[in-house]
Amino acid sequence: MMTQRQSRLSGFDNRTLFLLGDEAAAYGALYAGCDFFAGYPITPASEIAEVMSRELPRVDGYYVQMEDEIASLSAVIGAVWAGAKAMTATSGPGFSLMQENIGYAIMTETPCVIIDVQRSGPSTGQATKPAQGDVLQARWGTHGDHEIIALAPSSVQECFELTVESFNLAEKYRIPVILLMDGEIGHLRESITFPAYEDVAREERRLAEPEVESFGGEDVPPMSHFGEGRFIHVTGSTHKASGMRDVSTQAVHEDLVTRLCRKIVDACAEISSVEEDFVDGAKIGVLAYGATARPARGAVLEARRAGCAVDFLRLITIWPFPEEAVKRLADRVDTILVPEMNLGQIAREVERFTAAPVLPLSKIGGVPHTIDEILDAIRANGSGSGSTVGQRP
Amino acid sequence: MNIRFSGFGGQGIVLSGYIFGVAAVFDGKQALQTQSYGSESRGGGCRSDVIISEDEIFELAPPRLDVLVALSQAAYDAYLPALREDGTLILEDDLVDTGNGSGHRTFRIKATDIAHKKFGRKIMANMVMLGFICAIVEAVSREGLERAILDNVPKGTEEMNQQAFEEGYRIGKGEPG
Repeated sequence: MMTQRQSRLSGFDNRTLFLLGDEAAAYGALYAGCDFFAGYPITPASEIAEVMSRELPRVDGYYVQMEDEIASLSAVIGAVWAGAKAMTATSGPGFSLMQENIGYAIMTETPCVIIDVQRSGPSTGQATKPAQGDVLQARWGTHGDHEIIALAPSSVQECFELTVESFNLAEKYRIPVILLMDGEIGHLRESITFPAYEDVAREERRLAEPEVESFGGEDVPPMSHFGEGRFIHVTGSTHKASGMRDVSTQAVHEDLVTRLCRKIVDACAEISSVEEDFVDGAKIGVLAYGATARPARGAVLEARRAGCAVDFLRLITIWPFPEEAVKRLADRVDTILVPEMNLGQIAREVERFTAAPVLPLSKIGGVPHTIDEILDAIRANGSGSGSTVGQRP
Repeated sequence: MNIRFSGFGGQGIVLSGYIFGVAAVFDGKQALQTQSYGSESRGGGCRSDVIISEDEIFELAPPRLDVLVALSQAAYDAYLPALREDGTLILEDDLVDTGNGSGHRTFRIKATDIAHKKFGRKIMANMVMLGFICAIVEAVSREGLERAILDNVPKGTEEMNQQAFEEGYRIGKGEPG
């Protein structure tokens, strides 16, 4: 028999709709099996909450509007330990408030999804305008040594697909996954074709057999749910494989935190997803992600039509940083151009993997790059002479 | 084809852009629609851009416009420089003063006044405007637009929206009422 969810969602099977990136992400969550959403509306992420509030009750799920973003992620984490697949969605100011609980989710190995539809900051900034300024916050916003997974969609179709992927990665590695959308992609509409509900791959939660510990033993240990027949202890403090607190033994902390990092670092190649488009003779490469990858790709294709060989690398996975792909690009070209809607956050990361000049092409203020702006930068630097376009301030 | 709808929040600017985008998809084309507005729910500057193409769309913010639809003086003043020399200008006649004119191919309609007098609802102005644009600009088909409107207006208002669209279309074609 069809579940309520199957019968509701199969109505979308193979249909093409004209949707916002935000709406597509919400449907991606529903297709991935999300049955709990707690959040606090904020531009430009509110449409995600809007769809979830409408759809979750129809698919046997729960929508809770919380008093703030701290409580939102708390509720999500609690729901996961009670057996749900859970998500929240926010933008910069709310993402800042969530940082402590992101650390808690990392430490307790709670699989969940946090969508950050980035807007122009710091603080309330330009509330309705897009940016890519939270990229490093996603990596290092919460305190202590840790790893994180973050993905960045470049189209409405990808908002759907990468939300599904975020849920799957969260379950596979028992870690919060951040979908780093931006206000541009979240608030633009284009065609999206839904897959058949039955064709969507869903990673199911691995639960521990009796007597198997939920916080050690293997790099990604199986979970135990509250209320399902055993005592478990879930704490953000340093704990042993059993989950019981031990905050004074050096080796316990070292073992725990290195395992939490290792489970992601060792799987970097498996997690990393990029779009690589290299051509013979390229002296310059363009590296972009999220909304900015759209005009970047347009500029690369136009430059090639004009006879200029240019490599293109789009990061789909932002964290863990796809360093092998970046090294491959760095080995091929003399100059890497990095357009982004911030003052050079990923450009700085790229610099770690190449001795060649990395040229940030930064644009802030809530207006995305145009193809011509990126094309001009390719033309000015395409000879490999290493002249600069956008010095970091 | 890059078209910008612009005016105040509350004039149906974003909905107009959305309906245009849906119509383009119905016509089998690629479409990308963006929106930009202030933090105010009404009265702030608002615009919605639609890019329509046969091919994959890479541009997010059209640097040059083929069509500018301005429903406020502020929008006209702000976006006129982005309109191509051979572009088309479509104006809400009662709300935009072009002084000596911009030199563009220009069409004017008192959409808000017509909506108020003919349908008793100023909120229908954007449907009158969509019909008017449809008659002038060959970007999307009339069938596609009508289908997009009927799919996206509140239940029970389909007929009035359809009539408002037809009124704008008739005026755009210069047909007698």
